[in-house]
Amino acid sequence: MAKRIDVSGLTAYYGSHKAIEDISMTVEPRSVTAFIGPSGCGKSTFLRTLNRMHEVTPGGRVEGKVLLDDEDLYGTGVDPVSVRREVGMVFQRPNPFPTMSIFDNVAAGLRLNGTHRKSELNDIVERSLKGANLWNEVKDRLNKPGSGLSGGQQQRLCIARAIAVEPKVLLMDEPCSALDPISTLAIEDLIGELKERFTIVIVTHNMQQAARVSDRTAFFNLSAVGQPGRLIEIDDTERIFSNPSVQATEDYISGRFG
Amino acid sequence: MTTPAVTDKSAGSLHGARLPKWFPVAAVAGSLVVAVAIGLGAGLQSRVQWGLIAAVLAVLSTYVVAARVEGRRQARDRIATSLVWVCFLVAVIPLASLIWATVKRGVKVLDGYFLSHSMAGVADTQPGGGIYHALLGTLEQVGLATLIAVPIGVLTAIYLVEYGRGRLARAVTFFVDVMTGIPSIVAGLFVLSFWILILQMGYSGFAGSLALSILMMPVVVRSTEEMLKLVPNELREASLALGVPKWRTILKVVLPTSIGGIVTGVMLAIARITGETAPVLLLVWGTNFINTNPFQDPQGSLPLYIYQQYANSSGSGAAYDRAWAAALTLIAFVMILNLVARGIARWKAPKTGR
Amino acid sequence: MDISTQHTDAAPPTPRPGPDARTRTSRGASRTGDRIFLGLSRGSGILLLVIMAAIAVFLAYRASLAISKDHGSFLTTFEWNTNILPPQFGIAVLAFGTVVSSVIAMALAVPVAVGIALFLTHYAPRRLSGPIAYVIDLLAAVPSIVYGLWGALVLVPHLSGLYGWLDHYFGWTGVLSWQGGAARSLLTVGILLAIMILPIITNVSREVFRQVPRMHEEAALALGATRWEVVRMSVLPFGRSGVISASMLGLGRALGETMAVATVLSPTFDIKASLLDPGGGTFAQNIASKFNEATEFGQDALIASGLVLFVITLIVNGAARMIINRRKEYSGANA
Repeated sequence: MAKRIDVSGLTAYYGSHKAIEDISMTVEPRSVTAFIGPSGCGKSTFLRTLNRMHEVTPGGRVEGKVLLDDEDLYGTGVDPVSVRREVGMVFQRPNPFPTMSIFDNVAAGLRLNGTHRKSELNDIVERSLKGANLWNEVKDRLNKPGSGLSGGQQQRLCIARAIAVEPKVLLMDEPCSALDPISTLAIEDLIGELKERFTIVIVTHNMQQAARVSDRTAFFNLSAVGQPGRLIEIDDTERIFSNPSVQATEDYISGRFG
Repeated sequence: MTTPAVTDKSAGSLHGARLPKWFPVAAVAGSLVVAVAIGLGAGLQSRVQWGLIAAVLAVLSTYVVAARVEGRRQARDRIATSLVWVCFLVAVIPLASLIWATVKRGVKVLDGYFLSHSMAGVADTQPGGGIYHALLGTLEQVGLATLIAVPIGVLTAIYLVEYGRGRLARAVTFFVDVMTGIPSIVAGLFVLSFWILILQMGYSGFAGSLALSILMMPVVVRSTEEMLKLVPNELREASLALGVPKWRTILKVVLPTSIGGIVTGVMLAIARITGETAPVLLLVWGTNFINTNPFQDPQGSLPLYIYQQYANSSGSGAAYDRAWAAALTLIAFVMILNLVARGIARWKAPKTGR
Repeated sequence: MDISTQHTDAAPPTPRPGPDARTRTSRGASRTGDRIFLGLSRGSGILLLVIMAAIAVFLAYRASLAISKDHGSFLTTFEWNTNILPPQFGIAVLAFGTVVSSVIAMALAVPVAVGIALFLTHYAPRRLSGPIAYVIDLLAAVPSIVYGLWGALVLVPHLSGLYGWLDHYFGWTGVLSWQGGAARSLLTVGILLAIMILPIITNVSREVFRQVPRMHEEAALALGATRWEVVRMSVLPFGRSGVISASMLGLGRALGETMAVATVLSPTFDIKASLLDPGGGTFAQNIASKFNEATEFGQDALIASGLVLFVITLIVNGAARMIINRRKEYSGANA
């Protein structure tokens, strides 16, 4: 049920500060798209405009269009709450609800949407934890608090929580930056599996990671500090890393700046 | 690319039925109208009741309409929002009324004569008289209490922040917290028991100061502690590394850095004890005459004056007027202290390198 | 202590253990100074503990003088006659009135305070929340006697309409029946106390809600939670212990409040079924009202009731602090 994302002319502000300007791109369904670029280039901001999380930040506001299979996320009458149901998100630091058990964490989104039957919850929680490659590690302690898990396990728990509500798109904001290499590998493997079912967009600082997991890569940059970030180019990952069409991309990838 | 027309046709999963933006305003306005109608129709006299009816109606109508149009989840969100707003309004009304009543009724007799004359020779029910004796007494009592409490409080805070480790420091911290919660009347009873009943000292302004200082100490300790903790450790280490002994480091580096915050804390503490009535009632006793000596014989006191004008008025308007005027003076004093203290805090905030 | 080296800046560095060893200059002076300074500051801390202990000891001593001569039962007598022989007095009525008025105050104030705290942190437009928080801070500074004056002269007359209405519809319960007259009852006291403790509960709760990590709220938002659901899933669970301790701080205030109760309540020494009819009393109010005509023995009896109040507030505040401290450790461990 993955969906395509079509962004056109998107500009986002923090108060009067323009964070990103005039971004247009298409994200294909059932693929992994990676956003790379130097710090402060607005790639995380752009990611957060894709499920209307940007406007949660005080002063945050957006101009432009984001079409999710022909439906504009910013159209009149669109409920941001339902947008976020369709477009799930995983954050930089694992953030399971500290007062909830592992089970309740995964079930949280389902309960919000009115699923309360125990058997149904059990099924979906198990399926989601299996989908996040976490089931075998936690099946004996589903009632323990989620904050007792290791960082990598917590992040996979958050992924399980996000996919439990069957979103169409999964956004990941540097999901591995707080994790050790082994946990990172586990998450990367998981991303490879998840793209069979979801459209995945991942922000990463790690170019090897972008090269490993993504099908397409978008490079963001800003011309100077204080200037808004822009999309420099988006192309197949292989091309971006071997033969980018813009000089700045090559400079960044080969480590000449950033 | 799709055209807007297509978007409109496929009113997909993202579009929930939404109530228009003006709906909450309309719900409130409608509820107010209905509540006034009910109030007039049923002959309810109290405006408070009108307001309560309006609030209940607004919350209920919001829920019912939202539940039908937007669904249960949105309705619950809206009911929570409206309840939170109601909470806010419910709290604002009495607080605004308090300020309004004090100012409106207080300005009646508040003038230069009122501030510069005592109640000597004025019967409780007669008009005239003033608060000079009470103002004087309060200033002396609070001043003495400050002189006792501030050194002890600041030194204790220094001990806790600069030296405090181990059980003694933990005990002091805990009991400072507990001390903050001592009812003022208990502090008054304590001084009564040992100063007046056991040591056989008489009622005096100083006895009141003792009780007030007990109430003031924990406040001073707490605020000073917070301020000292804000002083960056690098400053201390820099000074110690230069060979300056610790006590001079504290006196010359730590305290000057945090002095603005400490002064603010002390002023807030003064503002708090200035309004304390109960210990003054037990220990200073009160008088209608000017007594400039806080160490002997009963004195006047501003909060006590308010209480006595109210309690001994036997319903006389003149006494109530004086009580309100004194209350206005007291509030003005406390508020000015607060504002000045906050001004100092903002102006001399320790540079924490934010 | 070698006073003579006070000003010799170039004292030879002799390696000596201890915190002073790092200072090369004027070791003698610094050690004396440090010792005096440490003595003074530690002494102040100890003095605070001594005062706390003295409060307990002196109150207990004077209270024992009175209670030993009490011909009623101190706990259950429904009378406060310290001037007759033999004296009879007991705290039953006061304990009842104190608890009832404080419970009413808590029941009214806690939900509203939590609502305002949420309003300030999560609902109010940002431009509004700053000034409102400031005003609430100032209101916490309004002296209780002013609340008392306002309560007696403004609130009481305004409540008779509400009380008539309550009596009309709920009078059959007995608890909410009203015989008319001024609304100087325990319920009025509870309402006034609620208004008075609102600022402190609001302020502490607001601080706690403000500390809720953004990432917990965003976790709920990203799942498609409405604002209320975010509050319920992230904010309230995180802030629960903070709200509890804030409420207990407020309770401590309400239990010990004197002047506001003394001005508003029209006291009687009995327990009434109705909360709306004038009557009853609280520990602090009873002390303030009975003090002026009390003999020395009468003062001791009042001290005895004050001791009970002291112990109750000690327990309530101690519990509140322990909850706060435990929470600090908890959040520190996770930071």
